[in-house]
Amino acid sequence: MASYAFLLILVLSGVAFFIGRSYGIAAITAGASSGVKPHSVPAYHGAYVAVWVGLPALVLVLLWLFLQGPVVDRLILASLPDSVTGGLSGPQLTLILSEIKNVAAGHEFTPPTPEIAAAAARYLSWAAIARWAMIVVILAMMLLAMFVARTRLAPRFRARNGVERALSIIMVASAVTAVLITLGIIFSLLFEAARFFQMVPVWEFLFGRRWEPQIPIREDQVAGLGAFGAVPVFAGTLLIAAVALAVAIPVGLFTAIYLVEYADHRVRAVVKPVLEVLAGIPTVVYGFFAVLVVAPAIRSGGMALGLATSPNSALAAGGVMGIMIIPFISSLADDALRAVPRAMRDGSLALGATRAETMTRVMLPAALPGIMGGVLLATSRAIGETMIVVMAAGLIATLTLNPLDGVTTVTVQIVTLLIGDTEFDSPKTLAAFALGLVLFLVTLAINVYALTIVRKYREKYD
Amino acid sequence: MTSPSDAAISAGIWSTPEAQASRRRRKRGDLVLQGLGIGAISLAVGLLGLLLVSLGYLGYRAFVQTMVTLDFPVSTERVDAANPAAGNYRLVIRDALVAQFPEVTSTGDLRDLNAILTNNAQFMVRDAVIADPSVIGGTIRLSLPASDQFDQLNKNNVPRDVPETQRRISDQQILWFDTLAERGAVSTPFNWGLIFNADSRFPELAGLAGAIVGTFYAILVCFLISFPVGIAAAIYLEEFAPRNRFTDIVEVNINNLAAVPSVVFGLLGLAVFLNFFGLPRSAPLVGGMVLALMTLPTMIIVTRAALKAVPPSIREAALGMGASKHQMILHHVLPLSMPGILTGTIIGLAHALGETAPLLLIGMNAFITSPPGGLLDASTTLPTQIFIWADSPERGFLARTAAGILVLLAFLVVMNALAIFLRQRLERRW
Repeated sequence: MASYAFLLILVLSGVAFFIGRSYGIAAITAGASSGVKPHSVPAYHGAYVAVWVGLPALVLVLLWLFLQGPVVDRLILASLPDSVTGGLSGPQLTLILSEIKNVAAGHEFTPPTPEIAAAAARYLSWAAIARWAMIVVILAMMLLAMFVARTRLAPRFRARNGVERALSIIMVASAVTAVLITLGIIFSLLFEAARFFQMVPVWEFLFGRRWEPQIPIREDQVAGLGAFGAVPVFAGTLLIAAVALAVAIPVGLFTAIYLVEYADHRVRAVVKPVLEVLAGIPTVVYGFFAVLVVAPAIRSGGMALGLATSPNSALAAGGVMGIMIIPFISSLADDALRAVPRAMRDGSLALGATRAETMTRVMLPAALPGIMGGVLLATSRAIGETMIVVMAAGLIATLTLNPLDGVTTVTVQIVTLLIGDTEFDSPKTLAAFALGLVLFLVTLAINVYALTIVRKYREKYD
Repeated sequence: MTSPSDAAISAGIWSTPEAQASRRRRKRGDLVLQGLGIGAISLAVGLLGLLLVSLGYLGYRAFVQTMVTLDFPVSTERVDAANPAAGNYRLVIRDALVAQFPEVTSTGDLRDLNAILTNNAQFMVRDAVIADPSVIGGTIRLSLPASDQFDQLNKNNVPRDVPETQRRISDQQILWFDTLAERGAVSTPFNWGLIFNADSRFPELAGLAGAIVGTFYAILVCFLISFPVGIAAAIYLEEFAPRNRFTDIVEVNINNLAAVPSVVFGLLGLAVFLNFFGLPRSAPLVGGMVLALMTLPTMIIVTRAALKAVPPSIREAALGMGASKHQMILHHVLPLSMPGILTGTIIGLAHALGETAPLLLIGMNAFITSPPGGLLDASTTLPTQIFIWADSPERGFLARTAAGILVLLAFLVVMNALAIFLRQRLERRW
């Protein structure tokens, strides 16, 4: 039905455009005899009517599609007799609602009670009414808009200005969307995390040292008692990020130094795109690589040295993450080194310093803020990286600094807590949002700081 | 021209043993740094090579599939010509295998013999008979996939020289299979099922069709949202926005949004689209919307860069001819910056194509055995399908995971090549 609505809008907007344009053309011919020149060219008359017809209808349909579900749900729940809904809590109501929808869709597991069956029938008829009502409403609206807009057309009517005003509104709305996304992230995380903190104190979450979130969702499930102290999770995240940086910083930095100082342009032309390929490989591929190649290699290496090595060691996940971050650090360090004024480098060389001395004593110190900014951005990338750790790191939160042990990370916990059974009132599910909030705030702080450093540094030399 | 005394002095200074040692040391330092650089680059390139080679090595076998070609006797006592769908095709398959090995009679042996063909063989024969009912009473010659164990055996992934107890197929089964191979019944053609089948519990039948269609829908939705919204927002910020606090906030906000971890967008999608608006789980529509939110900042940034690259002379000329600001942008600046915008868009979409984490949170890792029929049907995408297969224990899924990754990488290579082509063909330098 939604696709018919969009089709209808498209067709009527097209019709509106031609109506407006033919008026514009007629106005020109009429103007040739009467001497009244139209203000806008015919296409703008057409576009004016089309915007009036299409834009409000499009907004209405989108709103309708988004709000129809929740509104019909409310109405259905309100229509149920008190004997069914009396004294039930939110999640139980949700359960009843999904039962009604299942019955309506024809999936009956047990014969429904008469109330439920009646509600299912009501649900079907109301959903059908809502769909038809949408078509009828937008059709009426578009015809009305076409009539109004058409009557406003006149030879001296400023159709172009009207169209441009509409375009400006669309553009501002689009720019605001970007802000809305951030607000959406912040509010959804805050809202769910606040519900989590009603069940588990903030203090316990931030400083507790036991993380066993797999609590039973249903009463007959066998699971842990539940503990939501996230310190081991944070520690695991930092451990894996540290391993990743320990791989990526030296490799990325030396790569950048070589490319800036020693490589001729042919080597650069080959190496840079190859490094870009490393950055373009999807992380799920790195995860598979870590599980299949790196982790067994590290495990057998550790065995050969007589070290107890976990099959999902932090070293494997962190190491592969490091490979992923190499191009990130190398390209940012490359930029930072290139931004150092040439006079500084030439002056050092002219005084007789070797290229290595120039690099380590002049260029690197001068580029250090830029490189630090790059390293910080890479850190935030490493903390937020998900697929590699979901596939290669562990699930059990252990508080350890040994990179051969299995540790878990914030992102791993978010994904494992939200895959499968998700019930929005269990602390298990909501814990994922609390972790997400921490992740968002930490990466945001690092990014803001890093971008400030990089910008300041650029201004210094520009 | 240096005087002799200067030359003598400098020669004296520079030729002392200490000076020579120092010079050697400094030169060595230079070589060490250069060596470290070459080492770092070789390491990075070598790791990339290792990654690709190991994927290719694991995955190439999944591009062929072991097939067993047999004559299936569709006798009238097994299949009723009036109602071919209700026939007993399990027995048809058993008849075909027993025709090859008449000595097999015991129930256990018959079951072992049956295990050579895929579990779904009976449905494949049924479909073939329904498609051509004239074979009832005669025989039909079909190539059916061998089950995973025998597929692996045929690809030499199952060791033949270990004791029987250490593998999942018996010596007798190997003997049967080898006999079939000697009779020319076993072939390994290109595995079209990998592309045209949907997911399945049986590795020999599992394919990427559902994931490819789901990816297509999700990326389409992502494009339809992020492309127009991104361009409109970029035009506003670049051309119209007054320099004030609000614009600064929007700008900082977009730069930071581009660096927010992707899993956070998954949380947003879960909380807003699924929980609040009640949209269906696992739907490509929701997946596409989440990817669009994630791609939008990138889209805005590349579009702004492309708009900035259009020289002022074009704008001034348009304005000088009496165009309004909107006309100047829509008729001149935007078309000229379109190649740059398209290049950035393709790269942004390629990035979205490889994204997995946010899609896991909105349930696009479900087990779904048919391609989605629309935007609201449950479906997987290529990366989430790879994730599901990587988690499956059967040996056959290992090769299929690698093959799936190769298919995903092929899509990415094509998209990036298109972007490079567009850049070189259409982009203008001023």
